[in-house]
Amino acid sequence: MIRKSIQSRRARETRLKIYGITSICFALIMLATLLISIGLNGYSALQQAYFKLDISVNTEKFVDDSGAPDNNKMNLFNWDGLVQSALREFFPEVKDRDEKKELFAIISANAGYDLKEIIKKKALGSGSHTLSVWLHLSDDADQYLKGRLSIDIPEKDRRINNKQIAWVNSLVERDIAKLKFNKTFFTSADSREPESAGILGSVIGSALTLFVTIMFALPLAVMAAIYLEYFAKPGKITDFIEVNVNNLAAVPSIVFGLLGLSVFLSTFGLPRSAPLVGGLVLGLMTLPTIIIASRASIRSIPPSIREAALGLGASKMQAALHHVLPLATPGILTGTIIGMAQALGETAPLLMIGMVAFIIDIPTTFTSSATAMPVQIYMWSDSAERAFYERSSLAILFLVAFLISMNLLAVVLRKKFEKKW
Amino acid sequence: MTSKFRTKKVEVSYGDKKAIRDISLDIEKNIITALIGPSGCGKSTFLRCLNRMNDVIENCSIKGSIHLDEQDIYGPDIDPVELRARVGMVFQKANPFPKSIFDNIAYGPRIHGLASNDSELKDIVHNSLEKAGLMDEVKDRLNDQATGLSGGQQQRICIARAIAVSPEVILMDEPCSALDPIATAKIEELMNELCESYTIIIVTHSMQQAARVSKKTAFFHLGDLIEYNDTDKIFTQPENQKTQDYITGRFG
Repeated sequence: MIRKSIQSRRARETRLKIYGITSICFALIMLATLLISIGLNGYSALQQAYFKLDISVNTEKFVDDSGAPDNNKMNLFNWDGLVQSALREFFPEVKDRDEKKELFAIISANAGYDLKEIIKKKALGSGSHTLSVWLHLSDDADQYLKGRLSIDIPEKDRRINNKQIAWVNSLVERDIAKLKFNKTFFTSADSREPESAGILGSVIGSALTLFVTIMFALPLAVMAAIYLEYFAKPGKITDFIEVNVNNLAAVPSIVFGLLGLSVFLSTFGLPRSAPLVGGLVLGLMTLPTIIIASRASIRSIPPSIREAALGLGASKMQAALHHVLPLATPGILTGTIIGMAQALGETAPLLMIGMVAFIIDIPTTFTSSATAMPVQIYMWSDSAERAFYERSSLAILFLVAFLISMNLLAVVLRKKFEKKW
Repeated sequence: MTSKFRTKKVEVSYGDKKAIRDISLDIEKNIITALIGPSGCGKSTFLRCLNRMNDVIENCSIKGSIHLDEQDIYGPDIDPVELRARVGMVFQKANPFPKSIFDNIAYGPRIHGLASNDSELKDIVHNSLEKAGLMDEVKDRLNDQATGLSGGQQQRICIARAIAVSPEVILMDEPCSALDPIATAKIEELMNELCESYTIIIVTHSMQQAARVSKKTAFFHLGDLIEYNDTDKIFTQPENQKTQDYITGRFG
């Protein structure tokens, strides 16, 4: 009898084990599929098509009467014309107006501006200079060189026509155009032109926002957790608070965005699109998560430690701050980082407070206009240009990498602060 | 003999449930008093009333009066924090802080500001360890984690920690229940030395321990104080039949 039941129990155990392994494998396969497909779409954004121009400039044009560099003169100079005439030297056969327009469409619309920035940065001495610079090709030429634009479809439906393809190919043959590492993607903020768009603006926006979030949410949440665990008199009011903290954790994040819009923007008159407001809203959103994690962590500390402190004549606050809190730190940190990771990936509340704006400057303060990484991805994925598609995929990879490193940090911190009993 | 504690008609209830009722007894200064009785008889509850540790427990209410040196410890002008500095406590399970041995002992003096500088603090720590008979065992590793010591040593760390605040009374709640006979013997020896300068009240399950260390013994049963007398009397000629039954092992 018993032997028979053991056999069936063993069989059941094996079956459960198989189910478990299957589900883990399934989850891993899904995750791998997701990451690989995003990776395959995004890896090409690591490169960008550049072309080389030999340009001569005379810096004496950009000084004022006293000889000091004059930015205004520099800004007024026709840089686009300089780039265009340099480009036309490669294709002397192009004469007709429409054809010229088509030719200039294969280089970035920002090429003149980029050239000016390069010259400014180089701070050339006075006199005439000849230098060769690498400038962006247009996003269509870039996509064509990467093989992302199909040329099988009829010419009139294509974003790049046969003539332009011929020009690009001839530039490549002459070794004037090639794919190079896309530094712009990591050093600039958003742009209308995919070739000039980068994630740095949104990364800094996210960092500023998260800084405000953690500064706002962590102290409040820890204090609330200590109060609820040790000071609150049990009763209807405490129960009510407890239920509502749990409810808040389940409130859809867009609601926090609406709250931020009506409270921080309308009532307090804080600036729109600012990391300060974004941080406060995300802080409100993560507050319940951190409170719940902190309470669980505080509750897991043996009460004997607290009794020991109280028995020595420590006040309740001293017992909590000197003994319970240090021991609860690993748990609180884990909860905080999970909350932060959630905040980092949050888009909806930021849309409500205007962080969805198109911003070409890299934010520098908590009140300057900024956007955040997930919002940037959302905006790019909404754009018509093919080149934005690969850029949003690459940005997603970066966001995921950020999240993974935050979670790793949580594990490392927990290991480090965990005390042995 | 003078009384250290004077309790009158003390009644403690947890919610609707009465844990002890009508306890009136006087505890004498500088001797060891043992509280004995079967589990759930209320002896620990009574002990925890003496330094208001019951305050921490939810829905616990206390009636009656407890006087420490003629001062009502539940009076409005008494701060439980100050009271607990005067009435130290050692718990059933050794509960050193997960810090170094030095920091464990130094914590009390630090929060009460008993030492004005580092060398004074060091003296207090050394004296307390000396009094607790631990100095020779730990003098080379004051910076080691206290939680790495043996159970008996941990319990003596807790005693040293309580002494470091220079209390008048030390309450001990079954301090030896988790220890082996050798560690128990050491702690009993220590208690005998300490009672010259401190009033000690010990709750114990072991009647032999009560007989060995205490001068007076109180027997609790189901929340009532049955008998309170000199230890010799209680163990040789108890007045009450229940006491007789308990000490002879008929129940409990």
